[in-house]
Amino acid sequence: MNQMPKEWEGFKGGQWTKEINVRDFIQRNYTPYDGDESFLAGPTDATKKLWADVMELAKKEREAGGVLDMDTKVVSSLVSHGAGYIEKDLEQIVGLQTDKPFKRALMPYGGLRMAEKACSDNGYTIDPEIKHIFTEYRKTHNAGVFDVYTPEMRAARTAHILTGLPDAYGRGRIIGDYRRVALYGVDRLIEDKKEQKAFYTCPMTEEKIRAREEIAEQIRALENLKKMAEIYGCDISKPAVTAKEAVQAVYFGYLGAVKDQNGAAMSLGRTSTFLDIYFERDFKLGRLTEEQAQELIDHFIMKLRLVRFARTPEYNSLFSGDPQWVTESLGGMGIDGRHMVTKNCFRYLHTLENLGTAPEPNMTVLWSTRLPAAWKAYCAKISINTSSIQYENDDLMRVTHGDDYAIACCVSSMRVGKEMQFFGARANLAKCLLYAINGGVDEISGVQVATKLRPITSEYLDYDEVMEKYDDMMTWLAELYVNTLNIIHYMHDKYCYESLQMALHDREVKRYFATGIAGISVVADSLSAIKYAKVKTVRNENGIVVDYEIEGDFPKYGNDDDRVDEIAEDILNRFMNKIRQQQTYRGGIPTTSILTITSNVVYGKKTGSTPDGRKLGVPLAPGANPMHGRDTHGASASLSSVSKLQFSNAQDGISNTFSIIPDALGKDTGVFVGDLDIDALCPACGNIPNTSDNDR
Amino acid sequence: MNGFIHSTESFGTVDGPGIRFVVFFQGCPMRCQYCHNPDTWEFHTDTNGLGREVSAEEILNMYDGVKEFLKDGGLTCTGGEPMAQLGFLTELFEKAKKRGIHTCLDTSGITFNPDNTAAVDRLMDVTDVIMLDIKHIDDDEHKKLTGQSNKNILAFAKYASDKKKELWIRHVVVPGITQNDHWLHELGVFISGLKSVKALDVLPYHDMGKVKYQNLGIDYVLKDVEPLSKADAVKARDVIMQGIRDGLMAERNSK
Repeated sequence: MNQMPKEWEGFKGGQWTKEINVRDFIQRNYTPYDGDESFLAGPTDATKKLWADVMELAKKEREAGGVLDMDTKVVSSLVSHGAGYIEKDLEQIVGLQTDKPFKRALMPYGGLRMAEKACSDNGYTIDPEIKHIFTEYRKTHNAGVFDVYTPEMRAARTAHILTGLPDAYGRGRIIGDYRRVALYGVDRLIEDKKEQKAFYTCPMTEEKIRAREEIAEQIRALENLKKMAEIYGCDISKPAVTAKEAVQAVYFGYLGAVKDQNGAAMSLGRTSTFLDIYFERDFKLGRLTEEQAQELIDHFIMKLRLVRFARTPEYNSLFSGDPQWVTESLGGMGIDGRHMVTKNCFRYLHTLENLGTAPEPNMTVLWSTRLPAAWKAYCAKISINTSSIQYENDDLMRVTHGDDYAIACCVSSMRVGKEMQFFGARANLAKCLLYAINGGVDEISGVQVATKLRPITSEYLDYDEVMEKYDDMMTWLAELYVNTLNIIHYMHDKYCYESLQMALHDREVKRYFATGIAGISVVADSLSAIKYAKVKTVRNENGIVVDYEIEGDFPKYGNDDDRVDEIAEDILNRFMNKIRQQQTYRGGIPTTSILTITSNVVYGKKTGSTPDGRKLGVPLAPGANPMHGRDTHGASASLSSVSKLQFSNAQDGISNTFSIIPDALGKDTGVFVGDLDIDALCPACGNIPNTSDNDR
Repeated sequence: MNGFIHSTESFGTVDGPGIRFVVFFQGCPMRCQYCHNPDTWEFHTDTNGLGREVSAEEILNMYDGVKEFLKDGGLTCTGGEPMAQLGFLTELFEKAKKRGIHTCLDTSGITFNPDNTAAVDRLMDVTDVIMLDIKHIDDDEHKKLTGQSNKNILAFAKYASDKKKELWIRHVVVPGITQNDHWLHELGVFISGLKSVKALDVLPYHDMGKVKYQNLGIDYVLKDVEPLSKADAVKARDVIMQGIRDGLMAERNSK
């Protein structure tokens, strides 16, 4: 047996010492924590000062109209900028995307026009030389896609039946295993990549050539990651020794990714329990106090809150804001039955108290019924106080992904470092239904967008006829959709490859080919109206159906009524199967999601009136939610309808946006006295000395 | 037998322990001035067609559809006045208990007849928790507020206490009506005589039902009364609690 390197002293060995295997390291070394939050420490003076600086900058950013500063000359890369600080002497964890906080980097590889517009819309002008280079010498992802798109694809895109496609911006949704930087050090990772490269030998097929080139890019990215750390005076070539080094190394890994990519979602992964092992080791060695531990996490999270990208107003309107989706997954259960909540999970959530609430990083609790009670209570408390926690069903996802997966963006689950996703935006199934009725003519523009199929000509809609035509139209849409995405991902790999993030993956990764659908509840209600009520068509002068009149009532999705819930289930199943029938780029495994959390508003604007009574321009319901106001039997019934959608058909996630006022969640202890023991209320009554001795 | 209900709510969090499936019965003999469900007042008749006719099975099937969410909760019947449809209510609870469902009855107790309890005895056998809403402790004030005497209501409280049924006492505190330290204290003293009270639920008056009155064309008597603040609700609760303590002390001293 080789002796463990000194950086790993105090850790239990295992397979992870012989191969890159972070999960094995975690499982052998982490300490589940069953206690409550009483151990937590408040913010240090340095934390308060730094956060005050950040708040001041944030205020200036708002006053400046949303953007404080932008690069127009320097193209962002891992080593493009010198060191940047908020206040150097106070920062435990260092590193900024550019040389100044809140200064947005220039990232033209996804698409020059988008980068240019992001600048010009915010009052900046991109350097002519940069424009020249990226027009004349260096092609972008966006340029590649539009070289190849068919006229039909362009038309579908313009009509917004395919919408939000990542063809002009970074696709994101890839999570590098940033923990590897801390555990192994970059040198070891480079060695590993060199071995991987050697795996691909003659004959040199296209696939192998690409693999060798990509790994070469990955190695270069890792070399640059080391240089990036050196700019900040840090050496990350070797494994981290202290907790501080570990946090810093994980952050550097992530920072490299956000210097390299302006992705639609740049998620962090599942780092808290991993880092807890370093914290616990330092506690044992007496070289860390709780205050210091919290300070490290506070400063780490603070840096994550500073992540910014240059984006256009249109992009921000699609995503309702300027989100980065720095998602961190917390807790969950291990497959051996131990829960994976550690003290560090508490510290992460505690930043919402120490630094105040914030949407980023997107703290996501992997929820299981078997999590320890004190953790559940703390999550509930932080949820109530900050409204800043997202919950995901670990019991559901663990079956597919094991216990070292994380969430990218809002719901996309993937095993860290082993699985990645090709993000595919979404297809508008509500609009597809209107195309079925109008024979492929767009109800708003009047343009023939889809294959010309026979339209419905009757005054009243017949369920069987509509379903038959809808099925055909979904076949058209699924084929066009997947093929459009094939082009997008091919070009993204070619011109905007995520070399650092993929360097923090295994050689063989499982690629999910993500699609998405919008408008499921509108479709379900529309078909239900056609089936159970009478729906009359209203046509314009060209004979195109532009509105509908409903006579009678019909079951509505969101009330636990099988008559309509089964329609939603059936539509999802049909569409997913049509997606599955397509050939996907790089053997990607097709999945779909129902998770328009914000973009449903924009999609609704581009969708004509629908047979459920929804009018042109009215927002679609978010995700798998029932249409607004149509669920009349309370939240359980509404959730029950959603839960009938099969996860196996929407493995990339099903979202349900659920708002509730605190008072509707139960009684306030101020006015409600439960567990009342009448006898114990009267201390002088004798026989019962005090309440705590009571058998309750 | 079938019953007439106004509606159901599948995510009730304020009507008994846990998350509950709540059934609102149609029809109530009381006319409480602050009632926020005036649309449940009128009983079903063949001519008014109010309420939806359902069987116990239909309700329990709805319950089954969402039972995953109700693991720590159960079924609550409220209204309207559930006990006004005693036969249907009893059948519903009996069938619910057979399925292992926790049952909670939210009642004013108004239909209780202390001289003939046989039918209510049967209901009590299948009722886990009673939430008894005492509108006013003083009979004259009670009549003004609700149009009915509180005699049978208080008798029902005693009856449930004697049966050792878990009781949650609810009390709505209305400025100018029940927000009165004397009556609140009296209420506390009365509660001290009950042996199975497990919770005291002080409900601050709110006027969210107002719009329903407008829609129904019913005059809203309390239109000038402001909603009660939470702080005042806490004060009211403390007065009731003091009444309970004083009542217990007096009982002790008299022994």
